Amino acid sequence: MSNSRFVNRFRLRVEKQIHTSPWISLLIPFTSIVLALLVGAVFLSLTGNNPWKVYGVMFKGAFGSVFGLSECVVNAIPLLMTGLAVALAFRMLLWNIGAEGQFYMGAFAASWVALSFPHAPMYLVMPGMLLAGFAGGAVWGLLPAVLRAFLGVNETLTTLMLNYVAILWVDSLVYGPWRDPQGYNFPLTAQFSSAATLPTLGNTRIHAGVFLALAAAVVIYIILKHTVWGYEIRVIGESQKAAKYAGINVVKNILLVMLLSGGLSGLAGYCEVAEITHRLQESISAGYGYTAIIVAWLGKLNPWAIMVVSFLFGGFLVGGYTMQSAGLPAATVSILQGAILFFVLAGEVLTRYRICVVERRNDR
Amino acid sequence: MSEVLVDMRSITKRFPGITANYKVNFQVYRGEIHALLGENGAGKSTLMSILSGFYRPDNGEIRIRGKKVNLRSPREALKHGIGMVHQHFRLVEPFSVAENIILGTTGRLQFYLNRREFADRIARFAQSYGITIDPWAKVWQLSVGEKQRIEILKLLYRGADVLILDEPTAVLTPQNVRELFQTLRQMADNGRSIILITHKLQEVMEAADRITVLRKGRNVGTVFKKDVDERELTRMMVERDVLFCTTNPSHDIGPAVLRLEGISVVGDGGIPALKNLSLEVHAGEILGIAGIAGNGQRELAEAVTGLRPVAGGRVIVGGQDLTNQPASRFIEAGVSSVPEDRLGTGLVSNLDLYDNVILKDYRKPPIRRGPFLNHRVAREKASRLVSEFNIQVSDLSYPVRMLSGGNLQRLLLAREISLQPKLIVASYPVRGLDVGATEAVYRLLIELSNAGTAILLVSEDLDELLTLSDRIAVLFRGELMGVVPAREAEIEKLGLMMVGALTVEGRRA
Repeated sequence: MSNSRFVNRFRLRVEKQIHTSPWISLLIPFTSIVLALLVGAVFLSLTGNNPWKVYGVMFKGAFGSVFGLSECVVNAIPLLMTGLAVALAFRMLLWNIGAEGQFYMGAFAASWVALSFPHAPMYLVMPGMLLAGFAGGAVWGLLPAVLRAFLGVNETLTTLMLNYVAILWVDSLVYGPWRDPQGYNFPLTAQFSSAATLPTLGNTRIHAGVFLALAAAVVIYIILKHTVWGYEIRVIGESQKAAKYAGINVVKNILLVMLLSGGLSGLAGYCEVAEITHRLQESISAGYGYTAIIVAWLGKLNPWAIMVVSFLFGGFLVGGYTMQSAGLPAATVSILQGAILFFVLAGEVLTRYRICVVERRNDR
Repeated sequence: MSEVLVDMRSITKRFPGITANYKVNFQVYRGEIHALLGENGAGKSTLMSILSGFYRPDNGEIRIRGKKVNLRSPREALKHGIGMVHQHFRLVEPFSVAENIILGTTGRLQFYLNRREFADRIARFAQSYGITIDPWAKVWQLSVGEKQRIEILKLLYRGADVLILDEPTAVLTPQNVRELFQTLRQMADNGRSIILITHKLQEVMEAADRITVLRKGRNVGTVFKKDVDERELTRMMVERDVLFCTTNPSHDIGPAVLRLEGISVVGDGGIPALKNLSLEVHAGEILGIAGIAGNGQRELAEAVTGLRPVAGGRVIVGGQDLTNQPASRFIEAGVSSVPEDRLGTGLVSNLDLYDNVILKDYRKPPIRRGPFLNHRVAREKASRLVSEFNIQVSDLSYPVRMLSGGNLQRLLLAREISLQPKLIVASYPVRGLDVGATEAVYRLLIELSNAGTAILLVSEDLDELLTLSDRIAVLFRGELMGVVPAREAEIEKLGLMMVGALTVEGRRA
């Protein structure tokens, strides 16, 4: 009774928040993760598992040993690179959700170099693969950029659809002409020459790509914060009208940003084939290009934050693998990731708006 | 006169930063066509959005047929018989006319619709209002005028007897306008009330019975059409508090800085917005552009700053032919501008003051250092402008959207002046500013012109133009009605030119 009186007397009003305190912007992603884990816990107990035990296994698998930690880093590398790639595009309000396809095209182009020149020395084949990886992804990013810049075609759809083209293209190669004749019919190519692969750190799988990824974060940070180009990107991202008014060439910037964004994802693909699998194969990406979107948002498009988040999500993946060996479907991890993104996006609203309870005026 | 259908009393509505309506009283009688007249931003749409349930007023009350009501949604407003036709139609394009009309009508949930019976009913219903439609036609195949009629029918079918039309003629051809007015008259004769939101005087004089003029969110007056003429209405629409403290002293006029040679410009809808327009603005001169909003002023400002291509003619700045060059070339040539839309075009609302002060000159040293930005120089520039132009700001690293309207405009002007422009295009530079901020802006403009800058000042306020300008050019429907020296200009004559009734030679058009 008293409750209904309360409801009648007060109503909720959503107001635009003018100040966003730094507290809130830290609190919200954290709360999102906690809430997502709680939702995951409900899901796990409904499927007959003890959620706390499962989370324990996950946590231990990822962060409980040196090997686990090293695997987190290994998984974080492609996440960091693709996360930075999409964050750069998102900064300009270009919805590049094609990092997955750009990753595949980078992997494909790098593999092409490695397979075509099996006897080339390392100082030629390594840079060749690197450039090819970048170029493969960049071309895949440029295609939708050209359509968007000149014809106004929505890049969200085209980047997404090109993912399938890239994935199926790689599939058709590894099931067809590029299949290793000595590979017992598995969908993979022959192994690259040792000149085309880099040594790893100790007996972990951490490879030289980690430097590439960290350098990318620094470069993106410098571009956005300290360069004339980054300034243009920020202005366009905030207001295209203001950008045009300031004489900024929006078309040129769409092309450049998508080129770099695609190229970075392509580099991630290069790292994967050159330094993890040493060959091109089916499902070369564990959905990195999609997870990158979550990583970029959780990191608020900030390169340093994206670094931390990709390590956490690397942990998620590793935890997922340990869960799999404990008999749970790895898809559980995907459910958790989806739940986190959901809560982060909902939480975003709270950083920009404030919900307040106001007393009803006597307007009746 | 007859029964009062709608009675809005002392309506106030505030949005962050502005008061859209302030203590507005508004009454509509049964069977009348009532025009709601005012400039862009005068608060017409807000007031009608309140009446149709889209917004709720902060203060005031609404009575419908004498009964106090609380309109919480458009649906509720419609229950009380009030419906609105928006400028952008809300029709489902792939659906047929009949389907669009029944869509959303409350009633029993029926699994099966008798389409034939329904279509016949719709056609007969339309016929009773003198509207012929094909109920089976798909909406996407219809012309704009037909779509508008469907919107009106939709409301009539739902039992609306107060119809609000938001700028209904903006999209119509002259023939369609005439047909629309006939339909509206017929509906009014049948005892419905029509509210016409518009800023076009000719239409008001043609169609309305009574007229309410809003200015800056306040009701300036409600009059019978037969008691007024266009000149009187113009005065009601555009008159402002006159400031006596600023005048433009006589000064030397230099060579032409801007020369427009017969330019033609196409507006957003593909309609010609400027037709064969020739103008010159000289160094040290303030050329005022007068006209009722929507007669080509915005397109002119955009064409002169390189933001809109010209379809014909030439744009010459300081002797350089810049016709259809990118906006960056205009900036390099010394064209500054204060756009109509301060926050969003002129300033980037979410970026801080440092980033905003360099918006126009970040490409040039010393702010640019190779590929990098020199943040130190940008900071120095920001603090210098803040103190020089007396901008009230608590922290330079806050996003500029937190500044007040007056401070925003000061910041914008400060930045544009810091570029040492040859020409400044200022569009409605004091719109929405209080008296103090207005004066500050006027003073800056006068100082600039005394220093030899050419100024193109777009404004709807004739008093403002008469005070500041050396010459005044009047635009009407994208054509130049004439240019008159401000000293010799009479407000009545300018008013006639603004409605196209007079060209400068004194001939009646």
